[in-house]
Amino acid sequence: MKKGKVWKYGDDVNTDVIFPGKYTYTLMEPSEMAKHALEALDPEFVLMVKPGDLIVAGKNFGCGSSREQAAACLKAAGVQAVIAKSFARIYFRNAINLGLPVLQSEEASDNLRAGDEVEIDFAGGTIMAGEKTYKFPPLPDSVIGILEAGGLIEYTKKKLQNQAKT
Amino acid sequence: MGETFSEKILGKKAGKTAKAGEVITVSPDYYLSHDNASAIIGEFKKLGVRAVKAPRKIVIILDHIVPAAAEKYAQNHKTIREFVAEQNIPNFFDIQHGVCHQVLSEASFALPGKVIMGSDSHTTTYGAFGAFSAGIGRTEVASIWATDEIWLRVPETLKIELSGKLGCGVSAKDVILKVIGDHGADRANYMAVEFTGSAARDFSLASRMVLANMSAEMGAKNGYFEPDDKTLEWLKKRARADYDIVTSDADAVYEAVLSYDVSGIEPQVACPHTVDNVKPVTAVEGKKFQQALIGTCTNGRLEDLEIAAKILKGKKIHPHVRALVLPASREVYLEALKKGILEVLSEAGCVILNPGCGPCLGAHEGILAPGEVVLSTSNRNFKGRMGSRDSEIFLASPATVAASALEGQITDPRKYP
Repeated sequence: MKKGKVWKYGDDVNTDVIFPGKYTYTLMEPSEMAKHALEALDPEFVLMVKPGDLIVAGKNFGCGSSREQAAACLKAAGVQAVIAKSFARIYFRNAINLGLPVLQSEEASDNLRAGDEVEIDFAGGTIMAGEKTYKFPPLPDSVIGILEAGGLIEYTKKKLQNQAKT
Repeated sequence: MGETFSEKILGKKAGKTAKAGEVITVSPDYYLSHDNASAIIGEFKKLGVRAVKAPRKIVIILDHIVPAAAEKYAQNHKTIREFVAEQNIPNFFDIQHGVCHQVLSEASFALPGKVIMGSDSHTTTYGAFGAFSAGIGRTEVASIWATDEIWLRVPETLKIELSGKLGCGVSAKDVILKVIGDHGADRANYMAVEFTGSAARDFSLASRMVLANMSAEMGAKNGYFEPDDKTLEWLKKRARADYDIVTSDADAVYEAVLSYDVSGIEPQVACPHTVDNVKPVTAVEGKKFQQALIGTCTNGRLEDLEIAAKILKGKKIHPHVRALVLPASREVYLEALKKGILEVLSEAGCVILNPGCGPCLGAHEGILAPGEVVLSTSNRNFKGRMGSRDSEIFLASPATVAASALEGQITDPRKYP
């Protein structure tokens, strides 16, 4: 478990402010993508973010485009998890597929403040901030296998190798 | 207990009953990608298989940055063309065809009862034809190329019942903006949206595509219209494959039903920087802007260009406005050309661009400088989407954009009946 600092944002943080469309066909390396993470929302973020930091937001995080760089750029910037009241459907799938944990907690979203030091117990489903703890529901079984494999590419690769053996 | 369209079609595909909330695995009928196929190829190559599993199910349509605006885009396109040749993918549409959602529909892949997954959030569009279609990410398409399957959570369904007759100067875009404004950008998150009622049936297929397309802006997984005589008429000319009309049962269970009498709906405008920040046009009249955009997968069809031409005929675009027109496809372009619509638009001072996504996603053909404002028929107005993060995007119908382009400020299109 690693401690990280909270970056706090509001509702409906969309994929265009997380990763502008103008870069979607020119930047292919996650490390390059990380340099533009949240550029249109908070230009400070890329300058100050540290590995292990967390993003805490309101409802419908990641709404908009299907571009998965919006998950890849945060992961590459060192973000260990995004905590929100809810996630847009495609963003939720993309984050899991790329191995970026996305945790739903209304209470944590309401109470955590920018700059709070937070620790996450993924197995126990707990977010710890100082004296306070917040629970998040375990991820559906269907996606745990993908996260455990380290993302969809590794998961599919293993599945195909197993199929080839039988 | 009855089943919704989405439960029924996913159950058929999975070979078992599929209730909302369950997770099932299906083999989709088609999987769409566009310029992002280049990145998908990169992911596919990591999977350790040489050949795609079902080349005939792959549909690739280049539309996002066409023709290539810089060397990097050119390299992406080249990578895709080489992969298409190497893997014998028959359904490849190069840069001349138009926006993927329009082209896929015209080319008869969007058929009733098909399950279509696409690496584009507006893949919801094909619900206008009674298909189940949903957006996914690039990595997921790479995985489908190798396995021909995907897991899906069966969605709950939100029913939107539309009654009444549209007023003069009001169109499908105004209806969907009104719904999104009233209920928010996440009202249908993870859900299917079914559009029903007499006003839904009155809509042309092109107008149904507007609603299904924009259901993505409510967070929807897929949109749906029950196929009817209009759909069958379209299919008679287009369908080159078998299809299967799947409909909701009368006693299906819905998450909720939203009812609208469309007769009372005024022209609507989505204001910066979210699609649900919607106001009636009368509340934003007089707002000055520098660029007008008519086109995209939302409103670039023949009926949209016709409405704009009717308003602009014999008049001139305001001198402070740059008016861009992007027909949604080559087919639309040609029809508009033959009908004299492009001539009218050009004479009015519009710039007619090639069919494609144009500046909608902020990559080329009309990028905004700091402080500039665009009034657009597209589907998203997020901060910085079409250029500078200090620019503003207002969304409206083709009629509102055309009328406003004449005056250089947001204008009620009912003034130009």
